[in-house]
Amino acid sequence: MTPSKKILLKAEELHHSFAEGVRKNRVIKGVSLQVEAGETTAVVGPSGCGKSTLLYLLGLLDRPENGRIFLHDSDVTQSSDKTKTQLRNQSIGFIFQFHFLIKELTAIENVSLPLRKSGLNAEDSKEKSMLVLQKLGMESKANRSANKLSGGEQQRVAIARAIVNSPSLILADEPTGNLDSENSHKVFDLLQELAERDNLGVLIVTHNTDLALKTDNLIRMQDGLIIRA
Amino acid sequence: MKFLNLELAWKYVLGRKRAMTMSLFGIVLGIAFFVITQAQTSGFEAFFIRTILGTNGAIRISDSFQDMHGTVRMSSKDGKTKFLFNSREGARYTEGVENPALLRSALSQFSEISGISEILEGKATLAGSSRSQNIEIHGIVPSAHMMVSDIENQIIQGQLKIFELEPMSILLGNRIAHRLMLQTGERVTLKGGTGNIQLRIAGIFETGVSQIDKNRAYIHLSTAKAFLGKRFSGSIFQLSMFNPEKAPEISAQIQEATSHRVISWQEREQVWLDVFKALRISSAITVSSILLLSGLGIFNVFAIMVIEKTRDIAILRSIGFKPSDVSAVFLWQGGIVLFIGIILGCLVAIFSTYVISSIPLRIRGIFSTDSFVVNWDPSHYLWAVLIAIIFVSIASWIPARRAAKIEPAKIIRETL
Ligand SMILES: Nc1ncnc2c1ncn2[C@@H]1O[C@H](COP(=O)(O)OP(=O)(O)OP(=O)(O)O)[C@@H](O)[C@H]1O
Ligand SMILES: [Mg+2]
Repeated sequence: MTPSKKILLKAEELHHSFAEGVRKNRVIKGVSLQVEAGETTAVVGPSGCGKSTLLYLLGLLDRPENGRIFLHDSDVTQSSDKTKTQLRNQSIGFIFQFHFLIKELTAIENVSLPLRKSGLNAEDSKEKSMLVLQKLGMESKANRSANKLSGGEQQRVAIARAIVNSPSLILADEPTGNLDSENSHKVFDLLQELAERDNLGVLIVTHNTDLALKTDNLIRMQDGLIIRA
Repeated sequence: MKFLNLELAWKYVLGRKRAMTMSLFGIVLGIAFFVITQAQTSGFEAFFIRTILGTNGAIRISDSFQDMHGTVRMSSKDGKTKFLFNSREGARYTEGVENPALLRSALSQFSEISGISEILEGKATLAGSSRSQNIEIHGIVPSAHMMVSDIENQIIQGQLKIFELEPMSILLGNRIAHRLMLQTGERVTLKGGTGNIQLRIAGIFETGVSQIDKNRAYIHLSTAKAFLGKRFSGSIFQLSMFNPEKAPEISAQIQEATSHRVISWQEREQVWLDVFKALRISSAITVSSILLLSGLGIFNVFAIMVIEKTRDIAILRSIGFKPSDVSAVFLWQGGIVLFIGIILGCLVAIFSTYVISSIPLRIRGIFSTDSFVVNWDPSHYLWAVLIAIIFVSIASWIPARRAAKIEPAKIIRETL
């Protein structure tokens, strides 16, 4: 770690559990990690070890039972829902395993959503979205309805949507989960490129160890805990 | 940005055209039916009221105690309330108005009254060339009676002018004329009074109220007085009003002021008015059930949609939509369907009300009409729209609220 690198996200001693009847199922049992700008980090581990849960905690979609999360050096663990909603819009880009596009909208409309939500008008949003789609080689499919795109194309649109609002942090939960190996590599290379070029912090949960080895950092999880690689 | 939720809602509506069209159809049908049934029931009611006002006037003043169980009076002076009960035996009984001239001058105090017609009622036998029949004769002053009734427009044969000019003429109800096979211009004999008199038929009228058309004949007041042998008393007053709605209170005031028995049209026709009211309300309730059903349909569509769209909701939340934005997307969908439904519903209602008003339908009995009677009243549209708004709002509000409560992390996990 060079001192010039900025810490985007820091988690301290996160704990989380789910109620299972009267018992508590502890899923995250004290995880600390940090994500730096310009770097990609992969999280690997057996199914059920808590990777997704961790990612949602870090993405402020869920509230940890214990521990603290810092985003840009400020503690957001106890922030209001309003602040969290705004952070999700401005600072965090999500990519999910299944592309999760809104099928009633076209590719470019899907990409524009975060921009529109942050207050940009329709025209400027479209323009900016088009640039991002171009970057991902999707400009020719921009006006196609989302459910008429192939899996790989949909995932690229989802990535475009995650990065369109220039977030500083991208959280991806198995972004290549249902892509073939060629497309998986493309997506990974793309995320890597974005991290370097736009100085983003990228955290990717994956089962694919081949791909995981391409990232700058590798975090191994087991049973709710991190065992560093 | 403000309209992003609406835009999304619009896309979602377009995305499920069939379900939305069904919901829309329900609203359109509900609103249209509501307006149509109200237009009809209130149309017939208004027509009935017009008929009775045009025939028997807004207020009748008499002194006949025949259907009156004493005079009950309540007056309040200096905050004290006292009741006065005059039994039938105690009351001085005079048939008809006691002093027409005096009553006339007393009535001039009431600015609400637009016309006064003195009528002398009595029974007689009408003999045509071959048959005869018992009838009720009404002695009237034609010019005065025209002020308090619609008699001009009820004449279907002959002319009121001729009746007005000829004291020894008669106007016959059309059912009498039909039964006795009499025509305008023919001569008839009135029997049973102080002596038989010969009259010429000046015209035939139809009120539409069969009880009247079967029994009533109009003759001149002076002729009636002579025929019935009641030169100075026994007549009743029929009054018309600028605003007939006020008849009950004015009646009470006249009764108080003149010690005559005064009956408003509302009191006189209460049974029928109640029937119409019951019809109007029951049809409103019945037809509202269409709107209720379409509300349930919309609820169903949205409830399923919220489940189907949980992934979308999670996405929207993850890219910065607040829970209230998510519910707004669903509420807007209800709003869009509702808005289109209201516009189409009102258009269909206007069109079908128009069509229905030209459907032939012959009614004789309590009034006479040859086609459906409709009443164009904006309040029917307002009520229909209001009921639709209430049902659809509830129907979309419940799923919308549920949508807002969806926890994004849970969804994304569950759908993986
Ligand atoms: N909503 C929930 N309620 C109860 N238990 C849950 C819930 N979500 C997850 N769990 C449990 O928490 C544990 C961790 O789940 P998580 O989804 O984080 O695993 P994962 O590491 O992402 O697995 P995978 O690689 O299969 O996606 C699992 O045992 C799971 O059953
Ligand atoms: Mg997972």
